[in-house]
Amino acid sequence: MTGKRICVLYGGRSLERDVSLSTGHRVGRALESRGYQVTGIDVDESLVRRLIELRPEVAFIAMHGKGGEDGTVQELLEILRIPYTGSGVLSSIRAMDKVLTKHILKAGGIPTPPFHAFNDAAFREMGAKDTLQIIAEDLGLPVVVKPAAQGSALGIKFAAEARDLPAAMVSALSFDRKVLLERFVAGRELAVSILGTAEPRVLPIVEAIPQARHSYYDFESRYTPGETDFEVPAELAPEVAAEVERLALATYRALGCRGFGRVDFILDQANRPWVLELNTIPGLTETSTMPLAAQAAGLSFEDLVVAITESATL
Amino acid sequence: MDPAHVLITTGGQQAIDLVTKTFVDPGDVVLAEGPSYAGALTTFSTYETDVLHLPMDERGLDVEAVPDILDRLAADRKRVKFLYIVPNFSNPGGTTLSLERRHRLVEISAERELLIVEDNPYGILRYQGEPLPTLFTLDQSENVIYLGSFSKILSPGIRTGWIAAPAPILAKIAFGKQATDLCSSPLNQMFVHEFISSGVWREYVQRLIGIYRSRRDVLLSALADEFPPGSRWTVPEGGFFVWASLSPPVNTTDLLVKAIEENVAFVAGNGFYMDGQGTDSMRLNFSGSPEDRIQEGIRRLGSVIRDQMELYRALGMDG
Repeated sequence: MTGKRICVLYGGRSLERDVSLSTGHRVGRALESRGYQVTGIDVDESLVRRLIELRPEVAFIAMHGKGGEDGTVQELLEILRIPYTGSGVLSSIRAMDKVLTKHILKAGGIPTPPFHAFNDAAFREMGAKDTLQIIAEDLGLPVVVKPAAQGSALGIKFAAEARDLPAAMVSALSFDRKVLLERFVAGRELAVSILGTAEPRVLPIVEAIPQARHSYYDFESRYTPGETDFEVPAELAPEVAAEVERLALATYRALGCRGFGRVDFILDQANRPWVLELNTIPGLTETSTMPLAAQAAGLSFEDLVVAITESATL
Repeated sequence: MDPAHVLITTGGQQAIDLVTKTFVDPGDVVLAEGPSYAGALTTFSTYETDVLHLPMDERGLDVEAVPDILDRLAADRKRVKFLYIVPNFSNPGGTTLSLERRHRLVEISAERELLIVEDNPYGILRYQGEPLPTLFTLDQSENVIYLGSFSKILSPGIRTGWIAAPAPILAKIAFGKQATDLCSSPLNQMFVHEFISSGVWREYVQRLIGIYRSRRDVLLSALADEFPPGSRWTVPEGGFFVWASLSPPVNTTDLLVKAIEENVAFVAGNGFYMDGQGTDSMRLNFSGSPEDRIQEGIRRLGSVIRDQMELYRALGMDG
């Protein structure tokens, strides 16, 4: 199957551009080493024209965040009839929107921390500020405030008191018009990577242990080597690990994902797993968790990239 | 000036690094303007100094605050190694230290044996008012180290700057320089020598001054038209920067995310402080963009700020 013509799409204008460049270059090198004919495309307004010229057999989408992970580029590839890696348009839309994801999880009986969500119009046009006190009582403090559609922990704020909520809302609303307010669940941070479509395979669970000076697994600790320690596989009782794996697969299926993905969990002090979100294009950088999980399963980085590439479809 | 009192450095940034490396041990205090040049702060923090920001107003550093601060630090058994200052058109503040304050600062420095590191990369780029004497020329007590640079008047890529200092101080710094890179590129120094000795620099700098003055004027008038009431900004007599502050609770780090969506960038104010101040402020550069883009950029920024303020009102945060 080698010799296939692949376009690796990376970059773009999302705030996770640098992460995407790192993922994209690494993926390109891995594919070349396995004999594929690789053309890297730093995504800009010439994307469609270039894809029409190049007519690749597969587009490997190595983009994160807006444009690349939210169904936009997937829709373009559908129109151009170019098979692409990872989830389709609908799953991408569902997973990119943390609020939509959580509604789907809730409907599917998959545990996710209690939440409320608004768009800014609720504040600007309907006086939603007067609900903040109720929300604080309802969810319990502290509350985590997140932009609905932003990756890599950008724009996430913690409100320890109800009076901290408005400023946290403004920060989150800088990144997106829709924000999620979620009960803060203290515990261990687990990342579960999944590979495949019809018979998806759960890779070993990774625990991210940020160094003490980071209060959680934030942007800096995610992408600076040495800022986070990883435990692979995470030390979990067998029945806890089995439950986490079951929920990861249930999440992957509930959102209709394909190819690959990563489900992020918090394991609370009572060892109860809570699903936070699913990434349809998890990072594949030097410090990302999915390559670590693959390695623990006996798959080299190149093996992982080839498996993702060969699962590309329309 | 005796050439023995001058050391050529690889840009002004290396001069800051060498001075810091020479004088500072971890835990020592460096006094800096508030806000202060971010590149210097990075150097200070690399050498594990405690940076203490001093208050400023439209006439630059409030020098009368210095003696009290020195007393307080002495009482806390803190060792102050030097005061770092950009007296002309400071980066990012855009303010200029008044003549009266220059005299007073040099006096305090002599009385208290406070070493002053005077960084003057923008001094020649003056668009209005009369040039003021440097602290280095006013100083009679050998307590001022002067840092110069060709980055802003020839090219940043030429990486050529200099340190002028009393001989004993310079000898120590030269040790550090040798350990770092032996010497700065002689080829680049020859370029600079040609540029200066041929005299073309005078005409070139005059041309820069004309261009930058117009850009500054456009920025200042755009700010007056587009920024909401309650905003304040400095009026620089030269240099590259205007420092603008918005009414609380506007947070410029949040604002930047929205501004970038509109293709407008600034540097959020808290990057110019080591102590968390500056969240309501931003540094605006006017040297790098043509006038029509400055005009349009400020128009977009004004509308992002107003939108953000509306959101604060909707959240009940407008005080």
